[in-house]
Amino acid sequence: MEYKDYYDILGVKREATQDDIKRAYRKLARKYHPDISKETDSEVKFKALGEAYEVLKDPAKREAYDQLGQDWEAGQQGFKPPPDWQQDFDFGGGGYTQGNTHDFSSFFEDLFGGGHANSGGYHATGQGAGYQAKGENVRAKIMIDLEDSFNGNKQSFSIKIPEINAQGQIVDKQKTLSVQIPKGIKEGQSIRLSKQGGPGQGSGEPGDLLLEVEFSPHRLYSVNEKDISLNVPVAPWEASLGATVKVPTPDGKQVDMKVPPSSQHGRKLRLKGKGLPGKDAGDFYVVLQVLLPPTSDPKVKAYNEKMRDEIDFDPRKYLF
Amino acid sequence: MNTTVIKISGSILEEEPTINLAQLCQYCQTHAEFVIRLVDQGVIVPIEGESTRYWRFHQSAQIRTHKALRLRRDLGINLSGIALSLELLDEIDSLKKELNQLNHMAQVAVYEER
Repeated sequence: MEYKDYYDILGVKREATQDDIKRAYRKLARKYHPDISKETDSEVKFKALGEAYEVLKDPAKREAYDQLGQDWEAGQQGFKPPPDWQQDFDFGGGGYTQGNTHDFSSFFEDLFGGGHANSGGYHATGQGAGYQAKGENVRAKIMIDLEDSFNGNKQSFSIKIPEINAQGQIVDKQKTLSVQIPKGIKEGQSIRLSKQGGPGQGSGEPGDLLLEVEFSPHRLYSVNEKDISLNVPVAPWEASLGATVKVPTPDGKQVDMKVPPSSQHGRKLRLKGKGLPGKDAGDFYVVLQVLLPPTSDPKVKAYNEKMRDEIDFDPRKYLF
Repeated sequence: MNTTVIKISGSILEEEPTINLAQLCQYCQTHAEFVIRLVDQGVIVPIEGESTRYWRFHQSAQIRTHKALRLRRDLGINLSGIALSLELLDEIDSLKKELNQLNHMAQVAVYEER
């Protein structure tokens, strides 16, 4: 078992007052709440916070924990509480803890007992014969690549789902799901996986698992709703005279794009319906970026000097 | 902890048929009063239905309801606080998207200036 430094998790000193601990917890809880934070590991951080606070907010548990900490040295991995450590305190047998302890670490459980009495709370069994209800829908965040949505790829996720074990307790079970991503799903939408959520009551079916989709940043493309855009550099003469350029598309292919003559920097060219597929397919935008050849090349310098001397062009007329 | 690999195909929640009040309560394991108060605050909006009995919601309402429940439980925020938080979070979301978009457009230009 790994020792958990609850003070470190809450970012407070060991001699912090109960008020300090409360304030630190509230501040961090707001920061790392999974519905507020954008970080993908916020769920884990938030649970760790809850566990740390569960112990430190209670003077009796805190005292017990502090005694334990005296014998512990940093870096020690195989932590074991001393066999007599509960002598002065009685946390055994569970039922002591109010929190949702099935989320807490084994470190917590070994010290303070799992909240067995508590876990019956909202999944009580035996509410009269024949009682049944469908389980809760569970939410989680996932990161996928743009291509996964574009092509409807399979992606594997490891996720913890609450389950009821043989003893009627709620335990987190690690599941690996190989999910066929629905083609054309947008960022912010959710994938619904039937019956992969919270356990049902009685003979009720499990709830669903809802995976909120976010795209990992892409090297080339940016996505807005169903539209995909790509920056494409062009030479000044291509922008000026017009050209046909090859551009990559998110399906891994290439397409010939016609750049119309007299295209300014930033001009958007649209390929209709070539964005994210599906109902109301998005568009694919090519955004032209005029790139200058290096002036260190004497030829480039000569041409530019010629243009400067012979072409009457004032790009800043509108400023005055 | 034993691990099993489950192969499964998903559907896009937002494109599925609408749900009624009872379904929304059941999916989020909450009671109708809470949902009605969320509607009163404008946190979720029924898409049709004159009275609560005939309300229909988008599937995504369950995600907002679930968020509201968690914010209340974990942070002790009251309903108007929840409404404000969710609105501000939406706004941050759309601003971040816009910023990403602009950053992406500016990529080449910024690179050139360095």
